[in-house]
Amino acid sequence: MTARSTAFAGKSPSFRAAVGLLAAALLALLPALGAWGSDAERGKALFKQCKRCHQAGSGAEHRIGPHLNDVFGRAAGSLGDFRYSPAMKAAGTGGLIWTGATLDAFLSDPRALVPRSRMSFAGIGEQGDREDLLAWLRGFSGAVSELPPAEPTATAEEYGLDPRLLSIEGDPEYGAYLAGECTTCHREGGSGEGIPSITGWPSDDFVIALQAYKRGKRVHPAMQLVAGRLSDEEIAALAAHFRDAGDQP
Amino acid sequence: MNRREGVMNQRNGNNGLSRRRFLATTVAASAALSAPAALGQGRPRVVVVGGGAGGATAARYIARDSKGAVDVTLVEPTRAYYSCFFSNLYIGGFREYASIGHSYGALAASHGINVVHDWAVSIDRDKRSVGLAGGGSLSYDRLVLSPGIDFKPGSVPGWDLSQQNRMPHAYKAGSQTQLLRAQIEAMPEGGVYCMVAPPNPFRCPPGPYERISMVAHVLKQANPTAKILIVDPKAKFSKQGLFEDGWQRHYAGMIERIGPDFGGDKVEVRPGAMEVVIDGEVTKVDACNVIPAQQAGRIAAVAGITNDAGWAPVVAHTMQSRADENIHVLGDASQQGDMPKSGFSANSQAKVCAMAVRGALTGSKVFAARFSNTCWSLIGTDDGVKVGASYEATDEKIAKTDGFISKTGETAEVRKATYKESLDWYAAISGDMFG
Repeated sequence: MTARSTAFAGKSPSFRAAVGLLAAALLALLPALGAWGSDAERGKALFKQCKRCHQAGSGAEHRIGPHLNDVFGRAAGSLGDFRYSPAMKAAGTGGLIWTGATLDAFLSDPRALVPRSRMSFAGIGEQGDREDLLAWLRGFSGAVSELPPAEPTATAEEYGLDPRLLSIEGDPEYGAYLAGECTTCHREGGSGEGIPSITGWPSDDFVIALQAYKRGKRVHPAMQLVAGRLSDEEIAALAAHFRDAGDQP
Repeated sequence: MNRREGVMNQRNGNNGLSRRRFLATTVAASAALSAPAALGQGRPRVVVVGGGAGGATAARYIARDSKGAVDVTLVEPTRAYYSCFFSNLYIGGFREYASIGHSYGALAASHGINVVHDWAVSIDRDKRSVGLAGGGSLSYDRLVLSPGIDFKPGSVPGWDLSQQNRMPHAYKAGSQTQLLRAQIEAMPEGGVYCMVAPPNPFRCPPGPYERISMVAHVLKQANPTAKILIVDPKAKFSKQGLFEDGWQRHYAGMIERIGPDFGGDKVEVRPGAMEVVIDGEVTKVDACNVIPAQQAGRIAAVAGITNDAGWAPVVAHTMQSRADENIHVLGDASQQGDMPKSGFSANSQAKVCAMAVRGALTGSKVFAARFSNTCWSLIGTDDGVKVGASYEATDEKIAKTDGFISKTGETAEVRKATYKESLDWYAAISGDMFG
């Protein structure tokens, strides 16, 4: 168990290079490590913090983040129909393959492994937590005959929202103007630990997040202030804009 | 003197030629970008004076959103922009100097903006033309002035620009900021740092007090017996409760503030002797940061659009000058109502202005103006606070609609998250300004 923590404690650039080289060797070792005591059921509970952005299971789709079926063994940033950050694509082109070891390193400190990744997540400090989470996630990779259905990233019911809010068709031109208020803090195509990227979000996730802030069901003073004065139509307009917003050069 | 008569107007044959040459260059560059829908001499012209949070944002938004249909020129004397926001973090050792510097390269290369590194020294409002210190002139259909602040001469007796190396203001970021940091580092053991704080209204209301926090942070490590003296003409200041709570927690016994009740409004400085005279009492200091009273950047007064207080009144819906509908004024230089003078505010106002300018020149859709502002301040390591508000345009002014402020007694986790937010905001607004 300690093999991984000693081998991957560092976060230096050489560490990042080493990950690629060590990955293949460690891949063979990992199933055994998992078998020693990882708790996939506990990992399922830990996945709650991921599922605001990611889906895994039958019918899983790309949402704010890519779906995580068959992520083990996949090159980073390689699903053609998801708009990755340029950094994530470059990592994959540069040889980063998702394995138990590389996923563990990524979850430990996402930006140490892929600087300028768009994933707005600080990381999981506890090695045991990462192991359990990966043990659960591993169940969605490989020759699995029957996956449980994917859980939605966010639902209107979760916040007691009227589902009709999701079917308002927004005006992208109005959204483009309103977006000016967002891009002072949310860098287009960028990433951060403090302020997430909102470029390319699916409309439903966007609307649900802003409506939840508007109604005080998600808590953040600046976001509640901004969302508080947006009408339902304006939220829909912003959702339409950011859904289609491309990365700025 | 009638200011508009005193204007230089240098349109002659040579300038006409260079004007045509300039247009041809712009067309070629824009064609290379394969973006523009409407090209040629009929393109409406926008000149933006000042490449900070207001001007750079306005130039970028007008150029980007008009997709080449508007000819945008940005006049800015400096080749590299050093932001006032986050310059305190450089003084406190939390940022590298290079990290608050930005170039105008992407505005030219990605958005086809003609970036002219020169000073605008005159404005002929009848001929709609801006004269440059270098001798040329630029004509405009709409002019956007975002010149920031200049200091009111004589507001701190004993101090003028010739003394700014002895007693830096460090309130326009750049070499002054570096100088102040060096002077703080050079203070003798147990020495005194003095700040002469400005009267209202001034750029970045929490700025002087965030700076005090950063100076204290540096001195606590390098020179823990040093003292900090604030001479303040104001009874109250922005985020006062949050700063005073933080100073007590991080820098107990180090900071003394003299408000107007103890003569903080009656100050004179003697740069030669490094003395500060407060209500007649002489104090010897080792570093002295004089932040004088402020007014709109001088070009606004040259244009003849400022009021007696030295600021340029604007119409909230469009940021147009109340004196000239062909001129928009952004940011610190404008007198707009309830928004604080901040980079965030200027950036927010620039987007409303850009929409109004495009609407007027290209007929694009115009939506109701809305504004917002958040100011983050760092008090100590991972101890960030913020204040924010939203605003709307009324016929009278930009009016505050709602707001929030950090609270004393927040957990360390909340304060750290607030600080991390500010880092991401800095990256975002820099990208929003410079592309």
